[in-house]
Amino acid sequence: MSTLHADHAPSGGTYADRYVAAAHFRDRDHEFESVKMGVWLFLSTEILLFAGMFVGYAILRMLHPEAFIAGSGKLSTFWGLLNTVVLLISSWTVAMAVRSAQLGKQGALQFHLIVTNLCATAFVVIKLVFEYYPKWQEGKLPGKWFSYPYAVDPSEPLWWGIYFGSTAIHATHVIIGMGLLTWLLIRARKGHFGPHHYTAVEGVGLYWHIVDMVWIFLFPLLYLIH
Amino acid sequence: MTTITSPHAGHGDHGGHHDHDVSYLHPKGGIWTTIWDWASTIDHKKIGVMYLVAILFMFFLGGMAAIAVRLELMEPTREVTVAGKNVVTGQLLAFGQSLQKGNENYNRMFTLHGAIMVFMVIVPSVPASLGNFLLPLMLGAKDVAFPRLNLLSWYVYVLGSIFAVAAIIMGGVDTGWTFYTPYSTTTDVEGNMAYWRIVSMILAAFILGFSSIFTGLNFVVTVHKLRAPGMGWFDMPLFVWGIYGAAIIQVLATPVIGITLLLLIFERLFRIGIFDPAMGGDPVLFQHFFWFYSHPVVYVMILPGMAIINEIIAVYSRKRIFGYRAVAFSTLAIAAISFIVWGHHLFTSEGEVAAVVFSAITFLVAIPSAIKVFNWIATLYKGSIRLTTPMLYALGFLFLFTIGGLTGLPLGTLSVDLHLHDSYFVVAHFHYVMMGSTIIAFIGGIHHWWPKMFGRMYNEFFAKIGFWLVFIGFNVTFFPQFMMGAHGMPRRYASYTDEFLIYHQISTIGSWVLLVGFLVHLFVFIHSLLAGRLAPPNPCGGLTLEWTDAASPPIEHNFHHEPVVNHGPYDYDDVFPKQADPKEFPMPAPLPAGARAH
Repeated sequence: MSTLHADHAPSGGTYADRYVAAAHFRDRDHEFESVKMGVWLFLSTEILLFAGMFVGYAILRMLHPEAFIAGSGKLSTFWGLLNTVVLLISSWTVAMAVRSAQLGKQGALQFHLIVTNLCATAFVVIKLVFEYYPKWQEGKLPGKWFSYPYAVDPSEPLWWGIYFGSTAIHATHVIIGMGLLTWLLIRARKGHFGPHHYTAVEGVGLYWHIVDMVWIFLFPLLYLIH
Repeated sequence: MTTITSPHAGHGDHGGHHDHDVSYLHPKGGIWTTIWDWASTIDHKKIGVMYLVAILFMFFLGGMAAIAVRLELMEPTREVTVAGKNVVTGQLLAFGQSLQKGNENYNRMFTLHGAIMVFMVIVPSVPASLGNFLLPLMLGAKDVAFPRLNLLSWYVYVLGSIFAVAAIIMGGVDTGWTFYTPYSTTTDVEGNMAYWRIVSMILAAFILGFSSIFTGLNFVVTVHKLRAPGMGWFDMPLFVWGIYGAAIIQVLATPVIGITLLLLIFERLFRIGIFDPAMGGDPVLFQHFFWFYSHPVVYVMILPGMAIINEIIAVYSRKRIFGYRAVAFSTLAIAAISFIVWGHHLFTSEGEVAAVVFSAITFLVAIPSAIKVFNWIATLYKGSIRLTTPMLYALGFLFLFTIGGLTGLPLGTLSVDLHLHDSYFVVAHFHYVMMGSTIIAFIGGIHHWWPKMFGRMYNEFFAKIGFWLVFIGFNVTFFPQFMMGAHGMPRRYASYTDEFLIYHQISTIGSWVLLVGFLVHLFVFIHSLLAGRLAPPNPCGGLTLEWTDAASPPIEHNFHHEPVVNHGPYDYDDVFPKQADPKEFPMPAPLPAGARAH
């Protein structure tokens, strides 16, 4: 497919140095700009997806403010805050990963990808072990599984539906992000990224920031309203 | 038409060409190699053809459901007592079972028809098939921006369709294509297979949304980044503008239906209660969510149809399109306004103030739509009109879209809508727009670009017969529905009073004419593929790049050389269309290349 460009392909160096754009792009910059625009469009769809969730939250909170305040009071602000800090750190490291790729610092790139992935793992573990599991034990579950006997408001199952629905969709994005970060790490170890070619690092980095940003909105809306 | 050396014949003379100079349809080897080549292709032309085949197949399924619906409505359902025994008459879908069963089958049939036609046919129809094929060709690009994502979108489409077919095999869904709560979350109680069929259908719509987003995202980036040298935004063919407007809506509206359907599945499986009034949830919230996507998506359906009409009317009138910029900007205006009018689907369920506001905004849509119609008619004025099959379809579109558009105005008027809502008037209105406009434009577009896509001409005589059958059949089917709707016939009922008998019977007979018309077209297509005359590269004298710079069918990499754009897409007065037959398009006198820019 890239026979037409074979003549212009730089020889020697790493994969990233030799990289040539797909045949339907003029050059690497053209490809990079196009991919970046595609990623931004994709991220706008992500924002709109969560926007639906937030609108649902707003309407139900307006209808049942008591249930939301009572439900929010049963969340652990400590673990929520810790997870916020964890994600903020990962945002920093993923930005550093992109910077390292741009500067061609292979070791730093891999280090930051690993730290970001560890933060993501920590987030999921905290979510499951210290938040979901105890609530499941106490019966604070959405809809038909709700069996918590001390609910103060009859609409509390609704709150747990919003809580579990929004955090589970967010956590799914974190887990997908872990997969993407692992993929980046494997490629980084093969020397796929460098100053001339870091499109994938940049794209995943942007995705990761959006996942963090959604949490920045979820945290106060869910944990800090009582 | 005169004979022109076809690109097929031409190739023999040159000899020793590279592989990529061969037509994209040229088989790569044996049957299995060829199948694998298609199944793994990232060529936008092949993916467009694969989409076309898949969409036409789903169109057939949805059409059969429509025929069944019309058949049931041929006679009203009655339970009459004859000689002391209860006898049910007019129950054509009951298959000898009870009245209840017959009504259920009817509900499943119209749901099937609606869901298939909306999610699997009309939304992807023009963009995914013709758009995929033509967008890079018209822009002078080798492919869409993300070819692998493009192939993925086709597989996702097929996967979604499989989920929909699974729902049908499990017995079908009777919620209507809108899945309104709380009915959709409570019908078919838990405990057997039937419980899962609605989940399967909702999942199908959810999955198809991804396919739609992938296509839309791909097209937006392609239009922004892959235009040929010399092609500015206002040098693009208006087809591209229409597809671009639709693609933006696809990207921005579809995620909202994604979250809505996800919540609906949670609601059904886990009873989370967000849309359940019994638990304190809000079913109207579902309606808002649903229409926040499903109204803009109406313009995903119509904008690509309008896009086709631009090309057909200009090329078969041999006239510069009237008010290019007005048409281009009206596309964007429709796309923008489409996001703020969803509330007109909820006039009877939302608050009064909201209804007034949404009614007012709804009328705004009429302005850019009317601009387009005026411009098309102005383009026709004093043009050298050739009444080919695509042109007949374009004229049919003008006629039907005007009816469909104007009948939207009484529906947008609050006081009138209270009488007309949920009646056959609504059914007739949106069929005039969705089928009478989008599908008509789609069929016209397939004919227009058929020689380019498959390298063969079709039989013009039979295609025209097909057009007249479709056009007459369509009007016979749907025009009586305006009248019975205005007289109070509600939609979605299997039975009716005698007052409506004559309208329903005319309508059902019309649906048979329509069916015959589509079968004629199917025959025309198959005949063309098997025995059609080889197509010249530019049989219609078009000035857009797919006609002037690509072979029929195009080579694998679209163009031998990257095209350079030095004239507008509709400069018929100034530029002789490259690759066209000079005898057929004698005017104007050919100018030396590059003698005139724009």
